[in-house]
Amino acid sequence: MSRPDPTLPTRLVFTAAVVGSLYLLLAGHNQPGGGFVGGIVAGAAVTLRYVTGGIDAVRQLSRAQPWTVLGAGLLTVMLTAAVPVLLGDSILSSAYVELDLPVFGAIKAGSVLVFDAGVYLVVVGVVLMVFESFGDEAPEAGP
Amino acid sequence: MIVVLCLHVVLGTVAVAFGRRLGRRAAWICLPAPLAGAAVVLARLGEVLDGGAPTEVVTWVDRAGLDLALRLDGFAALFALLVTGVGVVVLVYAAAYLPAAGDDGVGRLLGLLTLFAGAMLGLVLADDLLALYGFWELTSVTSYLLIGNDHQNPKARAAALQALLITSAGALAMLVGFVLLGQEAGTFRISELLADPPTGTVVTVAVALVALGAVTKSAQYPFHAWLPGAMTAATPVSAYLHSATMVTAGVFLVARLGPAFGDVGSWRPALVTIGLVTMLGGGLRALRQQDLKLLLAHGTVSQLGFMMVLFGLGGDDARAAGVELVLAHGLFKAALFLVVGILDHQTGTRDRRRLPALGAGWLPVKVVAVANAASMAGIPLLFGFVAKEEALTALEEGGGALDRLALVGVVLGSILTVAYSARFLGPLLRRPATSPDDERAPAVSPAPSPAPPGALLLGPALALTTVTVVLGVVPGLGDAVLDAAVQALQPGSEPVHLALWHGLNVPLGLSALIVAVGLVVHRFRERLDGLLAAGSRLPSGGDVYVGVLRGTNALADRVTAVVQSGSLPIYAGVILATTAVLTGGALLAGGFRPPWPDVVDRAAHVPVAAAVVIGAVAAAATRRRFAAALFLGVTGYAMAALFVVSGAPDLALTQVAIETLTTVLFVLVLRRLPGDFTQRAPIFRRALRALVATSVAVTVFAFGIIAAGSRRAEPISEEMVQRAVPDGNGKNVVNVILVDFRALDTMGEVTVLAAAAIGAVALARAGRRPRVASP
Repeated sequence: MSRPDPTLPTRLVFTAAVVGSLYLLLAGHNQPGGGFVGGIVAGAAVTLRYVTGGIDAVRQLSRAQPWTVLGAGLLTVMLTAAVPVLLGDSILSSAYVELDLPVFGAIKAGSVLVFDAGVYLVVVGVVLMVFESFGDEAPEAGP
Repeated sequence: MIVVLCLHVVLGTVAVAFGRRLGRRAAWICLPAPLAGAAVVLARLGEVLDGGAPTEVVTWVDRAGLDLALRLDGFAALFALLVTGVGVVVLVYAAAYLPAAGDDGVGRLLGLLTLFAGAMLGLVLADDLLALYGFWELTSVTSYLLIGNDHQNPKARAAALQALLITSAGALAMLVGFVLLGQEAGTFRISELLADPPTGTVVTVAVALVALGAVTKSAQYPFHAWLPGAMTAATPVSAYLHSATMVTAGVFLVARLGPAFGDVGSWRPALVTIGLVTMLGGGLRALRQQDLKLLLAHGTVSQLGFMMVLFGLGGDDARAAGVELVLAHGLFKAALFLVVGILDHQTGTRDRRRLPALGAGWLPVKVVAVANAASMAGIPLLFGFVAKEEALTALEEGGGALDRLALVGVVLGSILTVAYSARFLGPLLRRPATSPDDERAPAVSPAPSPAPPGALLLGPALALTTVTVVLGVVPGLGDAVLDAAVQALQPGSEPVHLALWHGLNVPLGLSALIVAVGLVVHRFRERLDGLLAAGSRLPSGGDVYVGVLRGTNALADRVTAVVQSGSLPIYAGVILATTAVLTGGALLAGGFRPPWPDVVDRAAHVPVAAAVVIGAVAAAATRRRFAAALFLGVTGYAMAALFVVSGAPDLALTQVAIETLTTVLFVLVLRRLPGDFTQRAPIFRRALRALVATSVAVTVFAFGIIAAGSRRAEPISEEMVQRAVPDGNGKNVVNVILVDFRALDTMGEVTVLAAAAIGAVALARAGRRPRVASP
């Protein structure tokens, strides 16, 4: 009875896909990618979990509710838009800092990344919402 | 001044937010707001009495010329004192009147009351037409919420809606009038507008529209029906909004604009007539009420009509009388409402037939009730008498035909006022039904007299009464404030000098006549019932309101039945056919002809395009839903391949991810549908579908080719590409556009996405519980 966990491959692919989606999010400003694509890839990863484990597998992913993810994303986007206004700039102005990090080397980090992260969260939230609303019934007898 | 308004907003919001936990203690949290308001007005009163007008201007939207201008002149100061003073009184009263616990709505009610007080204060201080309109609507909205605070009571909800719809319909007309006035005058600043009023046809129309707003707000005939309906609100709300402050907003506006626009069109005869009909109709209806609160409500309508007559007529004396009446009415009517609340609170009824006899300990309440009802009826030594005397003098000395008409009407209306004041007092002063030496008394044991109210419940009404009595005995005390108010309305008016005794003159005789006839009317009320019923038989805007509301609902039902048939093929067919007809029509009408496209750009395009076509044709041909979804996926992935071949890895990446996701989601939804598409439809329906599908396909195809080939201007993308690195700090132009150059668009799209997701969840959940969702 020492068979390996049958969900292991799925979980491995899931983890890889999420890491990949984060890469797309972070690299997106200079290479193909971005918050939207990253979010979609993460959504596809969630889909994988759904296909293999049903809605329960999706719900186990995080304690955060789908609408919390969605709302957090929307809030992030709105805050990125509002903060420059409060600081006296025009709406959605962006700022950049150049950082010299140990592993990544010299990079430019901008407030647009925060904005993009918000977009990422919204997209993931939408996917989660769809599963929450349409995916939590046992499939009826197939055609 | 602006700080005080903000204080109202902050404290009111706190009380609403924490209302559940605070309960009626919220009154003490809110109390500083009207206190601060009164303090600010009093602190500047000296300056105002000297003819000054402290002004505060906050620029709001600079480019649109929108300012929040506040101006405390004499007239505004009088109203501000009334609003804040009655506000303090009502809040203290509410702390004792409202239930202590077990009701979620209490804290919310107090918070809303404070928010209303702020809006009302803003309304009287506003020196900008648009700011005035904003505050005006805020009072309507808070009034709506306050009337409907008991939201589980359908009657309260209906009354709240009626009040909101009638007053805001009038307010919308008023807004149009304000915009026209502002455009004609070149300024929205009220003080500048009144100093140099514009003229012309546009102004006539504008002023009529503004008057319409004022008439609805002040519950003038034929829009009076909402005010008695609003009596479903809690008593503090009725005392504050629907007697002393909000309903006088219309009168306030007429008074403000009267001196400048009194000669425009038929302002004067129209407002005087409306006011008189309102005054008489309200008085007649008040005489037929059994509910004491409704009696007062109809009485309020009547008194508002009186004020409208005075301010509509204009002239120094009539205006001065109107200003006095506003103050007198605010004082006595608020106090009377508080008395009704006390009766209701202690005895559990406000029906005059069921009210038990009030025994020992009720003397203070009786004194308060008598004093204020007497002030309402215009009995000497009370402020109401002074105001009414001034009004009669002004009308009598006016001499014109309109003045005569107004005088007759006001005398008749005042007779009714005396009669309903007596009707109000009757049940309160009834002796205990059984006394030991009364042989005719019924044998039942006397009902115990209800417990008299506590100090906190009675104190506020007592405070208001004190002002009424003091100003009634020594009217000269009010000279300075009232004079400042009149001078603010019309500089150079005759100075106001109030006195109790003007000698034996016509107004005094009329007053005596009014009181005598009024008491006779009250005495023989039963025999006059047929005559009094005339008040209820006046065709009322209330019936029209109900008719319009029903008609709108019926129309909406019919339109919905036609438009929302519930058939997916019809929805899809209409949308697609519209797309084809409009787009295709525009292409044909514009004379666009698709150029012959370059057949093959690169060799790799051929297999990819073949895959796209095969997927699409297969999706259309198959009869299995799942298969169709998968074939659509084939088309989508092939599109991604096309992007790769054309050198757009970004787009391809997105396309692949999207395609994966949508295919799975498709399958998710398809589980709920039958596996096959519907059985063969009748031949003509299939022909129709084929026609729609073909025309959409042809249109989209042609549109794509034409659009690609008809670029004339320089593409904006060149500039975006050039500016991506220097301005956007990114090499991925698409991403730079999304998150920087066009971030506002992205924000909107993300919001739409979130809204759509929420809507989808709501729909899915509603569909899941059919027993709950549908009747």
